[in-house]
Amino acid sequence: MVDEQVANGNNTTSKRAIITVLGADKVGIIAGVTTALARLGINIIDISQTTMRNIFTMIMLVELDKAAKPIQEIIDDLENEGKKLNVEVRLQLEEIFKAMHRI
Amino acid sequence: MLIPSEIVETIKMIHEENLDIRTVTVGISLRDCCDSSGKKSREKIYEKITRIAEKLVKTGENIEKEYGIPIINKRISVTPISLIAESSEDENYTEYAVTLDKAASICGVNFIGGFSALVHKGYTKGDKILIDSIPEALAVTDKVCSSVNLATTKAGINMDAVRHMGIIIKEAAEKSASKNAIGCAKLVVFANVPEDNPFMAGAFHGVGEPETTINIGISGPGVIQNVIKKAGLQADFGVVSEEIKRAAFKITRVGELVGREASRRLKIPFGIVDLSLAPTPARGDSVAHILEEMGLEVCGTHGTTAALALLNDAVKKGGSMASSYIGGLSGSFIPVSEDAGMIAAVKSGHLNIEKLEAMTCICSVGLDMIAIPGDTSAETISAIIADEAAIGVINNKTTAVRLIPAPGTKVGDIVNFGGLLGSAPVMKVSNASSASFIHRGGRIPSPLNALKN
Repeated sequence: MVDEQVANGNNTTSKRAIITVLGADKVGIIAGVTTALARLGINIIDISQTTMRNIFTMIMLVELDKAAKPIQEIIDDLENEGKKLNVEVRLQLEEIFKAMHRI
Repeated sequence: MLIPSEIVETIKMIHEENLDIRTVTVGISLRDCCDSSGKKSREKIYEKITRIAEKLVKTGENIEKEYGIPIINKRISVTPISLIAESSEDENYTEYAVTLDKAASICGVNFIGGFSALVHKGYTKGDKILIDSIPEALAVTDKVCSSVNLATTKAGINMDAVRHMGIIIKEAAEKSASKNAIGCAKLVVFANVPEDNPFMAGAFHGVGEPETTINIGISGPGVIQNVIKKAGLQADFGVVSEEIKRAAFKITRVGELVGREASRRLKIPFGIVDLSLAPTPARGDSVAHILEEMGLEVCGTHGTTAALALLNDAVKKGGSMASSYIGGLSGSFIPVSEDAGMIAAVKSGHLNIEKLEAMTCICSVGLDMIAIPGDTSAETISAIIADEAAIGVINNKTTAVRLIPAPGTKVGDIVNFGGLLGSAPVMKVSNASSASFIHRGGRIPSPLNALKN
């Protein structure tokens, strides 16, 4: 479960995002992405994994409150980090998922 | 709590099924921009639009990036220009269109709607000048869209305007003949026009609207097609309807989120979400393909109207639960040139203008983006408009006509517009004359079902 804390839906003040990492499983993906997140001051709340199109997919719920940079730059940084690791890394604000799947 | 499969579902919708927000349209009232001097009026218009919509594109791009949802178009709609310009002494309103075009360019939007007139019961001085200015205005501008409402259930059908618009559409085609009559792609004629439609070419900011507003157009034919595909051919219509409702709910919730967020960031009140399924020429983004997924060999064959009725109704049911304010057109679009499946169906001879007319009885928005032979008479175009207006007026719904009589083209030719406007095979129209009918003029009275009080 990615998102225990959000279940009660009362955390509207904190800015959270979902990061998805998509690519062939290999040594160092989690290390690479989490190192980048640490450098950006982004706190990981939960990590889980699944498959999409039969490809390894890591899903992280993160908190952006203490992030070192504006979200736009974080998205670019993570995308670049993904390129280095040969995986797709996307960060999207959590609200889009909540809007779609929660009433 | 969010589970991985939900996150994956959202990401698939966006990246594999072309889910996007079709448009964020900012409506701006120009009612305080009237002046006896046309020049002064246009200065006020330019200043107001560029001030209010200055940050629209940048804000849209930021939302797009942060939420990871494409927002295809950022657009502006304004008060019908006939209402603003008629205070001036100008005898041609093309300069107003030029001003709108400049303002749109500076703001970075791809279209601006509202070079419009509402003449369902008759013309004022400004309405007449505006309509006569349309062909030139559309020929000399790139981003300006024009619309004319010439019928309502309450007023009936203004047949003088119907006749007039046949002539104007021909002129618009001739004036932009060198660009495949693209002027006609930016001109739409309505019955029962909504005042908060975010989609072009018919968007304008209605007189009952607030100073400014944000209206959202959603999309997602690919998402709908996919849920029907997943349900399989053994699923009965109750199941198909339920699946469409669920998907429409999810799509609309994203539209609502984007609308609220754009409203908050731009400090412009949120208006409505328009539930229309808007296709594009891209693969996997076709309304025709949804109907075919239901089990029709080709869109246009018998059963198409029923399939479209089910689709349209299920999208509304799902969508209306997902947003606090629904408005605009809110019905499936069936523009021929903008839908790969419709284009293919016309080319293979399975979809004709008569079937399209039948389809408009049960969905918006009308005979949309249809190329007809260049030698089609103005009266025949007027008669096609009259038929659509009648459907709208009698059924208390919006109908529209956007026809392209590209000069020099004949049935079977392809007219290319490029981009989201796509390409249209030229379709056959009846060659029997409607001229004497159209020349009667006057007004078709409002129907009995208008008398509800």
